[in-house]
Amino acid sequence: MSSVLGVVDSMLELLFRAITLRDYNTRIVLGGTILLGISSGLVGTFLVLRKRALAADVVSHSALPGIAIAFLVAERLSPGSGRSSSILLIGAFVSSLLGMGMTMCIRRWTRIKDDAALAIVLGLFFGLGMALFTVVQRTATGNAAGLQHFIFGKAASIVAADVWLIAEVSAVVTLLCCALFKELSLLCFDEEFAAARGYHTFVLDGTLTLMAVTVTLIGLQSVGLLLVVALLLIPPTAARFWTHHLKSMALIAAAIGGLSCGIGVLLSAAFPRLAAGAVIVLSGAALFVLSLLFGRSQGLWPRWRSQREFEHKIGRSDLLRACFEYIEPLFNIDEINARKLQSVSIPPSRLLNIGHWPESHFQRLTASAEKSGLLRFSSEGWQLTMDGAVEAMNVTRQHRLWELYLLTQTDLDPRLVDRGADGIEHALDSEQLARLEGLLSAASDQRIPPSPHVITGAANSDST
Amino acid sequence: MTNSTIDHEAVPSGIEPSASSVLNAASMVPLSIEDVTVAYHRRPVLWNIDYQAPRGKLVAIVGPNGSGKTTLIKSILDLVPRAAGRVLIFGKEYKTQRHRVGYVPQRTSVDWDFPVSALDVVAMGLYRKIGWFKPVTHAHRETAKQALDRVGMVDFASRQISQLSGGQQQRVFLARALVQNADLYFMDEPFAGVDAATERAIVDILRSLRESGKTVIVVHHDLQTVHEYFDEVMLLNMRLIAAGPTSDVFTTENLRKTYGGKLALLDQLSEKMARPRNN
Repeated sequence: MSSVLGVVDSMLELLFRAITLRDYNTRIVLGGTILLGISSGLVGTFLVLRKRALAADVVSHSALPGIAIAFLVAERLSPGSGRSSSILLIGAFVSSLLGMGMTMCIRRWTRIKDDAALAIVLGLFFGLGMALFTVVQRTATGNAAGLQHFIFGKAASIVAADVWLIAEVSAVVTLLCCALFKELSLLCFDEEFAAARGYHTFVLDGTLTLMAVTVTLIGLQSVGLLLVVALLLIPPTAARFWTHHLKSMALIAAAIGGLSCGIGVLLSAAFPRLAAGAVIVLSGAALFVLSLLFGRSQGLWPRWRSQREFEHKIGRSDLLRACFEYIEPLFNIDEINARKLQSVSIPPSRLLNIGHWPESHFQRLTASAEKSGLLRFSSEGWQLTMDGAVEAMNVTRQHRLWELYLLTQTDLDPRLVDRGADGIEHALDSEQLARLEGLLSAASDQRIPPSPHVITGAANSDST
Repeated sequence: MTNSTIDHEAVPSGIEPSASSVLNAASMVPLSIEDVTVAYHRRPVLWNIDYQAPRGKLVAIVGPNGSGKTTLIKSILDLVPRAAGRVLIFGKEYKTQRHRVGYVPQRTSVDWDFPVSALDVVAMGLYRKIGWFKPVTHAHRETAKQALDRVGMVDFASRQISQLSGGQQQRVFLARALVQNADLYFMDEPFAGVDAATERAIVDILRSLRESGKTVIVVHHDLQTVHEYFDEVMLLNMRLIAAGPTSDVFTTENLRKTYGGKLALLDQLSEKMARPRNN
């Protein structure tokens, strides 16, 4: 019991130390990795919009043979120098560029489809890399070289020199993204138009690819080549759930990238046995799930809620209009006003008859309308309240204007119009309504125009 | 523009006056296609196309699917390499004349789920003018708004483009080309799948462009409206079957040559064309 408590205690201690940034090393790692997250979020935004998500995977995987070859060559030239991360990075850079260049050439000169081209190059380079790695393992220093970091990542292995490199690269990439923002967005949206306007799309595309390659490579050491693609793609994909604007999408993606790196590093500092790369990516994935669920512009929950609100609005309008249409034939249309509407009680079965709702749905509709003070139940049936009567007149008027519009502006069979009007009237805002009224000035002198079709189930239809 | 051409290419003193007027005439022709052949993977798509578009006219490119209409426009705009021949825009190569040419690609050629507003798309037409590394300013946005106003879309300026109808998206594309204030326009099927309001709006724009002396080349599918909308027509089916004023060229016989075996369609059409329009 006490040992469990001790473990928990020491974990909390570690977490506390990590969060308060006691250790110089944690601060360094945290700073570098957050910068990495920000720049990869930015570059990733354009990659995702260019539909080149898989390209990042090719970049990272094709780095592998370069790393192995750089190590072998360096060891041969001067034993012991193979561990230098700058030499390994140069190797990775060269072979990543080769890999990307190869996919671009395949895309340009052959009829092989994009995804196949990417998969072929990825397989080729990664296979080559794995084969070379077995050679590396057999060399005397191979095992200790820490080349495994490049595959699985180890954020804690970042040292101050690496952070400077990451910071510089991130700064350059961020500046480039800002400077080329409109050109890159045009490239992603409409490459052909960009080319017609005289942009060298090959150069722009190359710049974007180059940025993706650099960000991927500086991410290799901390996240590892298997997972670095997630760092590029998760933040922009998550950001898309929050906004419809490219600039905010880029900003949010950068923020999510930085945040997931920060959280990942802190967690892995507190729990040293967890692989940092995995924790970073998992933090990103958690932010992604949050965005997917709650993202303001396309998240599932806001969408579900607005759909519910919409259905609710439709249901209520239909109910009030049904009330109006039941009462309508009892009076002269010019004399109908809210007070007269209030005076009539409608038997529930008759109301149900007009609206064609399923019984249970009808119960819910009337209950909710009663709760909002639009209807009240008396012994003889449903009665409109003052608010309900005003709203019923309003809703019916809008509905009929739409019906008239559809009848006059498009040649529809009047029997079909009712259905069509239902869908559209709820989508109307007051501005559109005003425009519609302008079109139908004859019918819009504040009166409610008569319905262009026969209403079945109205109050007068049982007497005949 | 015309005058400056003469000035720069200093006409030698001994030359006949007619030579300079030839030069002058060449730079007045908005579009001159000279013996253009285009091939994809060694399979020819366009054969020896020769055509000169007159200034201030609306020109329709008409032909069956796969007849190379879009390819012709793309080869004019250097988007597709030519195997042979040359294209002159106002007497010069396209790459020196880009600012005088507006392009409306097919609406379906882009992903409309892209996170930009209608105004952002129109502003893209100004990017070249704004220049590298410079941001879009308030003044540019105002210019873009005016272009949106011309196509009747100013109320939708801040709407995300996926929330526009097909016709509205087409008008946004049109506004993006208008904002350039070019002299020659290429439009790839602007009438495809649009609503009646958009069709009217586009026709109005085409006519106002013609009134201000611009030339518009339009890939067009609806044979019934060719007579009504266009002054000139190019009948294309890999070769140029016929080209010239609509009243001379747009005949049932030429159409039969262009569309080959698809006679049923043509018979219907000629029946319709023979009947007086009463709707």
